[in-house]
Amino acid sequence: MMWYSQTGAESDVVLSTRIRLARNIREYPFPVRLDRETKKQICETVRDILDGEGVKLSYIPVSTLTAAQAVSLAERNLVSADFISKSDGALLLNGDESMSVMLCEEDHIRLQVIKPGLDLEGAYAEADETDNILEKHLNYAFDERLGYLTQCPTNLGTGMRASVMLHLPALAAAGNMTRLAATVAKLGITLRSANADGAGDIYQLSNQVTLGISETAATENLKSIVLQIASQERQARKSLVKDEKTIDRIYRSFGILKSAYLMTSAEYTKLYSAVRLGICEGLIDADINKLNELYMTTQPATVNAANGGELNAAQRDAVRAKTVRDALG
Amino acid sequence: MLCQNCGKYEATTHIKRVINGETGESHLCSKCARELGYNDFFGDFGFGISDIFTSFFGDNPLAVSSGRTERCSGCGCSFDDIIKTGKVGCAQCYEKFFDRLLPSVQRIHGKAGHSGKIPNMAHITQAGTQREAAKEPTVQEKIAAAEEKMAKAVSEQNFELAAQLRDEIKKMKGEETK
Repeated sequence: MMWYSQTGAESDVVLSTRIRLARNIREYPFPVRLDRETKKQICETVRDILDGEGVKLSYIPVSTLTAAQAVSLAERNLVSADFISKSDGALLLNGDESMSVMLCEEDHIRLQVIKPGLDLEGAYAEADETDNILEKHLNYAFDERLGYLTQCPTNLGTGMRASVMLHLPALAAAGNMTRLAATVAKLGITLRSANADGAGDIYQLSNQVTLGISETAATENLKSIVLQIASQERQARKSLVKDEKTIDRIYRSFGILKSAYLMTSAEYTKLYSAVRLGICEGLIDADINKLNELYMTTQPATVNAANGGELNAAQRDAVRAKTVRDALG
Repeated sequence: MLCQNCGKYEATTHIKRVINGETGESHLCSKCARELGYNDFFGDFGFGISDIFTSFFGDNPLAVSSGRTERCSGCGCSFDDIIKTGKVGCAQCYEKFFDRLLPSVQRIHGKAGHSGKIPNMAHITQAGTQREAAKEPTVQEKIAAAEEKMAKAVSEQNFELAAQLRDEIKKMKGEETK
């Protein structure tokens, strides 16, 4: 079962938790100054270390992927757009997609662990364990003053980016997001919309500063802010779901999901937010895990990659609508 | 106000960050904000932000290229190369250009001084060769610990405790410089 088909702590508000560690090997220049052959050598070295230590990951060179497969990985937040635009990196990925390693992207190693719900400690512990395995075999680029050395100085220090995905339909409806973003910015935390123009009411909260603050302090800081935002969102939801127009919108959205014949990805995202709110507030009896899973699997390139990669937009909309109907009907 | 990056369009994205009491503001047009990664899902991880880093050198007089080009012996990268790309060439570049990189690093992170994981510490401690686990914390470590507590107090809106810790940190920093 994929990580996104499961539910974790605080899952009425928190969709997922992600930890990423940036690491580089001292003996090699950073990726910006590497040729294709050396990048390949680094990719295979890291692959062989983890394989030898019994960490089971698939090795996927970007050059072996079709366009649809590559973009689908980006849609599932496993790689960056920059990574798939070049063909000389490789990805290591585990079975439920909760652990991935981008090799030779901005840094030699970018290790990522994703967990459902709020689980910063769990995600960090898992990333840390794999990092410990790697450091036994690799001489990491590290400086006592600057911490882990990274190609871009914005990641110096711990090299750790912790982020939490939040579903905030009620705070967004109340027009609170700009104020909230300004408040958390003062604490070194970034809040941004996960989709263009705030679609789906999904927001990403992450630590901005990586130097001078330890992994534990950064994740604790982030966690306490997540819990405060979650409690504000719950309060706002209570009054929002008393509003008849909102109730109507929730039920209509569910109706469309269960019966539409054509559906764009943007429409799914919009309906998803309303129905997810309805499920969490007890208005709708449906499986929230299925809804979350569809949010991942109905994205354009992911639909294409699962169906041979040759569908046009209209065909995708039909396939998407059928997938949603079958799952929720 | 015009965009600070391109200077052509009206700035519509305003980014304000306060790190350790120091305020930094950026005003960007929507196009530049997008290009610099502020609306990009991966922007948080340096992708795109490196361009902002480049702009940090803007008013750094040391960044102006001199006639003689110094190069990193590790990768052949010059300081100009780093400014142009916002990307450091290799680990040795940080040694070679440390003094020139430091002001920008401080502007990004608020301070320079790593706190957190150190590679292979587990093995070193086990072997008992270097730093002993039970040794008395240094002043720097005490300051780092107090700063962590302060950040936590602020996030919990416990401003009284935060103010108390701030005074303690100030005092410890005073002792450290003596």
